[in-house]
Parts: sequence; C-alpha cells; structure tokens
Amino acid sequence: MLKQVEGSHAVAEAIALSRPQIICAYPITPQTHIVEGVGEMVKDGTLKNCEFINVESEFAALSVAIGASAAGARTYTATSSQGLLFMAEAVYNAAGLGLPIVMTIGNRAIGAPINIWNDHSDSMSMRDAGWIQLFAETNQEALDLHIQAFRLAEELSCPVMVCMDGFILTHAYDRVDVPSQEEVDAFLPPFEPRQILDPSAPVTIGAMVGPEAFTEVRYLAHHKQLRALTLIPQLSAEFEQRFGRASGGLIREYCTEGAETIVVSLGSINGTVQEVVDDMRADGAKIGSVSICSFRPFPLTALRDALQNAKRVVVLEKCLAVGLGGIVSDGVRKSLSGIQLKGYTVIAGLGGRAITRGSLRQLFEDAAADELEQVTFLDLNADVVAYELERESQARRTGPTAEAILKRLGTVSSKIG
Amino acid sequence: MEMQTVKFYQTGTFTVGNRLLDENERSVQANMERTNSLNSGHRACQGCGEALGARYAIDAAMRVTGDKLIAVNATGCLEVFSTPYPETSWQIPWIHSLFGNAAAVASGVAAAMRVTGRSDVRVVAQGGDGGTTDIGFGCLSGMFERNDDVLYICYDNEAYMNTGVQRSSATPPAARTATTMAVGKEPGNVFGTGKNVPLIAMAHHIPYVATASVANLRDLEFKVTRAMNVHGARYVHIHVPCPLGWGSAPADTIKVARMAVESGLFPLFEAEHGEVTGRTRIRHKVPVTEYLKLQKRFAHLFGKTPDQERLDQIQAIADKNIRTFGLIDTELAHG
Repeated sequence: MLKQVEGSHAVAEAIALSRPQIICAYPITPQTHIVEGVGEMVKDGTLKNCEFINVESEFAALSVAIGASAAGARTYTATSSQGLLFMAEAVYNAAGLGLPIVMTIGNRAIGAPINIWNDHSDSMSMRDAGWIQLFAETNQEALDLHIQAFRLAEELSCPVMVCMDGFILTHAYDRVDVPSQEEVDAFLPPFEPRQILDPSAPVTIGAMVGPEAFTEVRYLAHHKQLRALTLIPQLSAEFEQRFGRASGGLIREYCTEGAETIVVSLGSINGTVQEVVDDMRADGAKIGSVSICSFRPFPLTALRDALQNAKRVVVLEKCLAVGLGGIVSDGVRKSLSGIQLKGYTVIAGLGGRAITRGSLRQLFEDAAADELEQVTFLDLNADVVAYELERESQARRTGPTAEAILKRLGTVSSKIG
Repeated sequence: MEMQTVKFYQTGTFTVGNRLLDENERSVQANMERTNSLNSGHRACQGCGEALGARYAIDAAMRVTGDKLIAVNATGCLEVFSTPYPETSWQIPWIHSLFGNAAAVASGVAAAMRVTGRSDVRVVAQGGDGGTTDIGFGCLSGMFERNDDVLYICYDNEAYMNTGVQRSSATPPAARTATTMAVGKEPGNVFGTGKNVPLIAMAHHIPYVATASVANLRDLEFKVTRAMNVHGARYVHIHVPCPLGWGSAPADTIKVARMAVESGLFPLFEAEHGEVTGRTRIRHKVPVTEYLKLQKRFAHLFGKTPDQERLDQIQAIADKNIRTFGLIDTELAHG
C-alpha cells in the first residue's frame, strides 16, 4: 500500500511487519522516531507478541538485545552516533556470539564538537565489528532492507546494521510502498535460532577461548561475511521477484557503461549524484556512478567488475579517517588492485554540511580533468581554516578550535549550501 | 514449664542441626538430588569463597525453579575459572556476554522467556563486586528500576581478583590491594570511600534484597530460595573471602567469612520493598581485629606497633553496623 510517511515511520512499519519479539530502545537523535513508532504499535496492540523495553543506555539496549536473542527471540534496536559508540563493546560481542540482531543506524556525526546532523562516522567506527552493514539510498530501500535484514541475519546467524542517513532519510516525508503482512510472512519465516538458552538442553555460551582456537573463530566470522556476499544478492533478487521492486544487493550501477569517470558513494547522496550524472551525460561527459549498499561484507569483486574499465574513480565519502583520508576509498582501491586508474577521495557532507548539485558538478568536472588533489574536502572554507591556522601559529592556545571558528563565522545556526 | 530456645548448632555450624531436621527441610547441598550446577573440575583457587557461594546459590535456585533456570554471568573469576573453552563446569544453560552488562543481558533473557511463552523458566544474573558495584552498576540499577524478573547475585570478594587484586568500590577501608598499596601516610584503601550496594538496591524499592555469607550456607540457601519464590527484581549480596587477594589461608575461608559477620563488619539482613525485614543476630561478638589479623591485606595495621587509630576506626564501622541493623539482641546478649 502506498503511503506518504516520514522515513522513520516507514522503517517502524517494516519492523512491525517483520514480527520482532523484543525491541529495546534508548533515545538518541535522529533514530528516536523509529522506536517511538514501533513502541506505539506495541502499546496499542497493533504489534502483538512483542515486548518494548525502555532501557537506561545504549550499552544496556544492545545488552538486553543480546540476552533476548540468545534466548531465542527475534530482536531489534536502533541507535545513532554517540549511542553506537557507547554500545561499542556490546556491538562486537553480539557479532562474536553470532546473534541475529537487527539494528537501525540513523547515521549521524560523532563529537566533539557535538553535532546531531548526518554523516557516516558512526557506522564506519563499527565497520570491523563483525556486523553486516547495509546502506539505504531511499526511504523505500530503508523499509525494504529491514525486512531483508532479519532474513539475512537469521540465515547466517550474524547481526545486521541497516544504515540510513539521519534527517535526510529518517525525517523526510516520502512516498513508500508498504507491503502486506502476508507478503512479508511469505518472505520472512519465523525465527528458528541455531543455539538457544534452554533448560531442557543446557549450553554454555560465551566461553573463554585462548590462542589455540581464537584465530579459527575469527576466520569463521570472516567466512560468514564472505558467504553473505552470495546471500545478499540472492535475497535481493528474491525480494524483487516477490515485491516487484529492486532493493538491496551489493552495489548498484548507474550509467557506468562506457563511463570514464565513476563516482562511488553510499546512502542517500546517490540521488544527487545521479542527477548530476544525468546533467553531465546530457552535456556529453562520460560519467557514471556506483552506489555501495553492502559495505560489510565489502563487495570487492562486484566493484572491480563495475570500475575496471573506467579511467578514474571518485570516492565520495561522508566520513573521514583522520590522518589518512578516506575509509571507503581504501576498500575501493583494494578492489582495483593491479589495475591502473586514477583514484580520488572526496570528504563531503560532514556533520550535515549540504552536498549540492553545483558543488558536485564542479567537483566531477575537476576530476574528469584530473585536477583534483588525492584527498579533497568538498566546500572546505579555506579562509576560515587559514585564519585559524595562522592564529594558532602565533600563540599556543588551549581548548577546542570549534568555538573560535564559529565566532569567526559569526553564526550559531547551520547554513545550507 | 519455661520455654527454652532450641539451638541446632554446636560450635557455630549448622551441620549437626541439618541431620536433626526432617529430610525435606534439609539443606539443598545435603540432598543427593542436588543439581551440582557448578560441577567439580573447575579452575578456582583452593579455598575460593566465590566457587562455594555460587554452588550453593545456584543449586538452591535450581531446586526452587524445578531445574528451569538460566544463568547470565559477568566477566570475572567465576566466568574464567568455570568456562575455559572447550570445557564448562555449568550443568545449566549459561551465557557470558561482557563485564558490565550481566543485569541487562538477564533482563533480555527474562523478556524473551515471557514473549516466547516460557515464563516458567527463571533467570539469575551473577558477577563479582567489580562487575556489580562498579562497571555493571548502570545496568544493575536499570534492571532494578524496571523491576525485571531477575535475581542478581553479587559475589563480593572486595576487589578485582581476576585482574590481580585491584581496588573496587567494595574494597574496605585500610585494605591493601595492588592499587591501594600499604605505603605512605594512609596505607591501604582510604577511609570514607566505597558504596553499599545492598542499601542502594533497597532504595529502588525492589521486592527483595538480602546479604549472605559463605560462613552461613544454610542462611544463604534460605535467602536464595526466598528470592526465587518472588517475582520482580531481586538482589542477593554474598560475602565470599578470596584467599589469594586477602592473603588468608585457604583452609580459613569459612572462618574469615564468619569473623566478618560476627564482628559486625558484614551485616546479614533481608529487606522487602525497601524496608529491612530481618537480620541475623551476632551470636558471639568478636573484635574486628579477630577478622583483620587473619588476612595479610591488613597486615600493615599490626606489625610491631599496631595502628590503633585505624583499628579503632574499623571497630567504629562494625559497631555502627551493629547499632544500625540491630545485630545484637540486647536482651539475650551476654555480658
């Protein structure tokens, strides 16, 4: 059924349709509307056979989820930013225990300076925790990916993060097609846990493992993700066949046929990228784009196939490896091992900085002319940076630079563009 | 005929009393049918108070629940010595997740039991004092506040023993640990620090809170049994000597634990919904020095010239406990 709803609400509907049994919630912007939405459905009886638990921290939220999942319940939670960092220890633990928990990340920057707006720093901080990470491009895909995520998690016995851009998707009202309960039930069977805490068949879960077996345990975690490289496209194909629309998969190509310049990015920015590609194609530029949906496992082979005939690749990232540059770029370069082409890393959209069509067009044209630095910060205010660097060079100062920069900009509110 | 108080003990043990009781009133451990939930062969040190406490506590909980029990364990000695993969001493479903989240994981297990129609299966969370009073305190308070159907058992050996005897918020004043060295002007742990988690648990107004000791195992079984007979959040705090960390003889574990109780330093009491409803009276009050001198962690208080000032301070703590909890029945007290 077509509905015009907020992205968070669309996800809440997808969660409810997936028949979770335990939902843990701790408030953090911008994921709050999702758990509020599901919580209301539990409380008013729409979502039956489900408990909604208000906990005292994100660490507790995922810990309650770990207990519930290990005891055989289909379990869901959601978080963002600082919340994901606060639960970090449990994030690794859930993956190590092989618990098929599904968690939405409403992607948001990490402080300091504190910032509630969108970038991908939070999910990227947990990229090696052993969770599958899927990035949604639209609200429709966010809805669809959650239904696929439960199936994927339970088939592999591996937790899945569905990452969606905070505010840009979570708070945007858009048209979504909400499937029926019958359709979802046919795609997603009830949870049948592999191991379960049960007095009639006692097991010890979470034992200590020493050097004699630890490497093998970690290898098997890696192997599980490699299996996901096959399973994710299969589930996406089955989903398309049942629901009549393409969602998920490893990567999605756009106008890559014959493209000399290919832009790679994750999440909602792909919409803008594709519009710029259309504009530039109309003007005769040989440009295309690739959207990475599955960041973990990282689709090395699929990317290599998509990119190997290009002359240059521009990786547009909403995250920063401080002291290095790109995070996504590392994986992209690895996928192109042995192939000679130019690679550019562009850091964009940090802390909610708007990524405009104008800026992207200029950027891609510079890239096509090979006039980009290896690492570029899109729309960096060079004046402000130069002033601050000069100021700091004159006298040793204490404290963060953020306040000094805001003072210089003479603004306390966010500017768009 | 004048009423006479019958005492089923001789020299401070309940062993003889147990034999005099009807079979179904005997202790869980006296029964051949006990579950041995924490089985033999684990790797605890000689004289480990925690292993002893855990065996009694979990077997008692198993009896109440008809063997339908799931245990959640915090990281710590109990977890490490019982489950070196591929071995396990646990004969019950058992999960270890992290150091600081046992109470929250237990909340999740309990919720899963309700929602999957297995409400007859009960949940126990357990950890040491570090996992309970320090790193796991937030999750513990959350579980209490939500009144989740979990019994949390803290095995309190008053320091981080698994990592090599460092101070916790349960470490008593003057005690030497690896991080409260017995040197300087104020040797050992400083006075006026630490927290009393049983009292904090009571402040949550949960249905049941109790303290127990491995010196009084029958009482320990009784309290765990009571705890498992009610629903909601419950807390049992068990004093468990650690020969390694305390510098006491392994053979003296019970004796050390008893001296803690009989001196008044570790009061045994029960509370329901935030009110103290029972206390175990001290039968033979002993000065705190009888407790302290059994342990090398307090050796700096003795030596050639005893540190009388600090010994007096510790005695004052014990005396205050006795007054606060009414640990000595003034009518029956001798002399």
